[in-house]
Amino acid sequence: MSFSWARPYEPKHPVMRWLDERLPLPRLVYGAIGGGYPVPRNLNYWWNFGVLAGIFLTIQIVTGIVLAMHYFATGDGAFNSVNGLIMRDVNAGWLLRYAHMNGASFFFIVTYIHIFRGLYYGSYKAPRELVWMLGLVIYLLMMATAFMGYVLPWGQMSYWGAQVITGFFSAFPLIGEPLRVWLLGGYAPDQAALTRFFSLHYLLPFVIAGVVILHIWALHIPGSGNPTGVDVKSEKDTLPFHPFYTAKDGWFAAFVLLLYAVVTFYAPNYLGHPDNYIPANPLATPAHIVPEWYFWPFYAILRSFTIDFILPAKLWGVLAMFGSILLLFFLPWLDKSPVRSGSYRPVFKRFFWLLVADIVILGYVGGAPLNWWRTALGQIASAYYFVHFLVILPLVSAFETPDPLPSSISSSVLHGEEAEAAPAGQTKPRRGSVATAG
Amino acid sequence: MRFIMGFIGSVFAGILLISMIGNLATYFGNKPAPLAAEEFHKEPRELHLSSDGPLGRFDKAQLQRGFQVYSEVCSACHSLHLVSFRELKGLGYNDAEIKKIASDWKTQVPSINPDTGEASTRKALPSDLFPAPFANEVAARAANNNAVPPDLSLMTKAREGGAAYVYSLLTGYRNPDTYRDEHGKRLPADAKPPQGLHFNPYFANLNIAMPPPLTTEGQVTYASGNPRPTVDQMAKDVAAFLVWTAEPNLENRHAAGIAVTIFLLVATILGYLAYQQIWHDAKRVVRVTGPLDPKNQAKSKSAKAKQGVAG
Repeated sequence: MSFSWARPYEPKHPVMRWLDERLPLPRLVYGAIGGGYPVPRNLNYWWNFGVLAGIFLTIQIVTGIVLAMHYFATGDGAFNSVNGLIMRDVNAGWLLRYAHMNGASFFFIVTYIHIFRGLYYGSYKAPRELVWMLGLVIYLLMMATAFMGYVLPWGQMSYWGAQVITGFFSAFPLIGEPLRVWLLGGYAPDQAALTRFFSLHYLLPFVIAGVVILHIWALHIPGSGNPTGVDVKSEKDTLPFHPFYTAKDGWFAAFVLLLYAVVTFYAPNYLGHPDNYIPANPLATPAHIVPEWYFWPFYAILRSFTIDFILPAKLWGVLAMFGSILLLFFLPWLDKSPVRSGSYRPVFKRFFWLLVADIVILGYVGGAPLNWWRTALGQIASAYYFVHFLVILPLVSAFETPDPLPSSISSSVLHGEEAEAAPAGQTKPRRGSVATAG
Repeated sequence: MRFIMGFIGSVFAGILLISMIGNLATYFGNKPAPLAAEEFHKEPRELHLSSDGPLGRFDKAQLQRGFQVYSEVCSACHSLHLVSFRELKGLGYNDAEIKKIASDWKTQVPSINPDTGEASTRKALPSDLFPAPFANEVAARAANNNAVPPDLSLMTKAREGGAAYVYSLLTGYRNPDTYRDEHGKRLPADAKPPQGLHFNPYFANLNIAMPPPLTTEGQVTYASGNPRPTVDQMAKDVAAFLVWTAEPNLENRHAAGIAVTIFLLVATILGYLAYQQIWHDAKRVVRVTGPLDPKNQAKSKSAKAKQGVAG
């Protein structure tokens, strides 16, 4: 598709030839994830997580469709259908349910790694801005889907999570409260909310699948990025996706599924909250309302605004929380550095790891009960999050002197494994050896 | 555009810093005293059950004893509304025994008189769920000093600490007047339980509405005759039973987990070997034979020398 040396599809079997002449579906697949897609030869394991996200989306859709066959979307029946019927009476229902519950967490784990890969290696930069933005759309859809899915078992955290999250909308002046009531179909989460959440929770994964196709399509125009960030220059720089990357993705997928199986079978409730095994009770508020772990950083940002400064604190919190994701759409234009890969950007690299630490701190603060020092820590960490993307990143990209880039992917590969991601003529300092630039 | 974004970022950061200063000022200006509920609350005691761990299986004799404790003590107030009698097969009872347990159950199942159509009750069948001790929430509150005894079906999954929490709570009742914590500290007067509540350091706010349910040795006479039904033993057994009610498929899950894990382990290894095999021919000599290959070392040395890099 993208490079002149991409192998064209040549059907071997007469049936495939017959099909290809009438509907070139095999040709499409071959060009997208087969031997017809040339991929930079130097991808490291951080490039495996996009395929993994696709695998977990598939797992979620398959388990979810079967679970929906046994689920009652009613205020009286939802909790018992999940915890009674599905967990006890449906054949392997416990497996479907735990696989779906933990599948959501693993979907987010691999997606977060995929996003951070993009942040470090500058995957959002030209010519891949649309790939990045479509990815963010997928992420937003994932968040909506995960939130609504968490409401469906209708436990205490389901109910109060729905109450809190839909409460965000009431922060907006004038239209806020009517908007919230309209979205919920009532003044508090109830039957109307549960039924529409179920409907949308079933719909959105297919919308995600659609946007995934656009994401991959947009990726295949310039082709995949690589750890050096240097453009592909010749056939020597690439390998066909199949069999090289199918083999690499294949074994690594089996390995990640192994981790997923260990959690699903031996600690299925570790990533959940015990309160969700208590049926929803509108009259009893849980001591600590917390969302699922993958929302903790955003929850921390929301809770960090505690002062009514011109606008009410709640509105600041909601604006900041939405803003924290929306600003990522502007990233291709905030970071103007022509060098894509963080490996060749000494200043950027330091700030990147600071950002990772910052988001881990935000996650911790968002998941733990509030006290005075956690609130203060969350406020510093939230402030850093915005300053990082909106102030530091543009400044760094303007003033930083990047390290010299390798002349091509193949030349970077040929000067030795540990030097692969390092600037040309410079190996990473290793124990016992000091590299000095000449 | 970058200027506007930078301005927005600074506004958010500025407000966060103002918020933080305000918070810290409030905190240090008026340091709150530590709450007794936080100070005296204890983490659950350790409890080891045969169902723990990846190879854990239920101890059926223990589950039967726990079931006996539930039926003779807990079931007076607590329902088990997700569990049906037929599921008791998992405890090792046979069909006839289950039929008898169901029909002898002290609460009957709401029904309709087949002749008159009036509301009535009938004996439970194996296919029935355990009937609740109270007809509704109002009746439960009326009988329990305005507290609702929670359903126990999922109790060990619905509390932090699980079975260990249930065990600790059941054996954790103390006299609030003489209680000292591990530092020898006495309970302050305002933290003592109000009328109708009972002090228990394992309960989140220290004061629980449930009176101590297990009080004397031999409160339940175990059908099996052993072990001695001490309060500690009964608490352990009923905690084990509640692990089963919350997770009746636990043994299936553990067994399937072993099979899946082994399958994926083999798949990972085979996949890795296939990957090595495929990439071996990938002209990517450096990575495949490794940087320690003398041929490559010589190559990289000369490359470095050419670029003027020492090492």
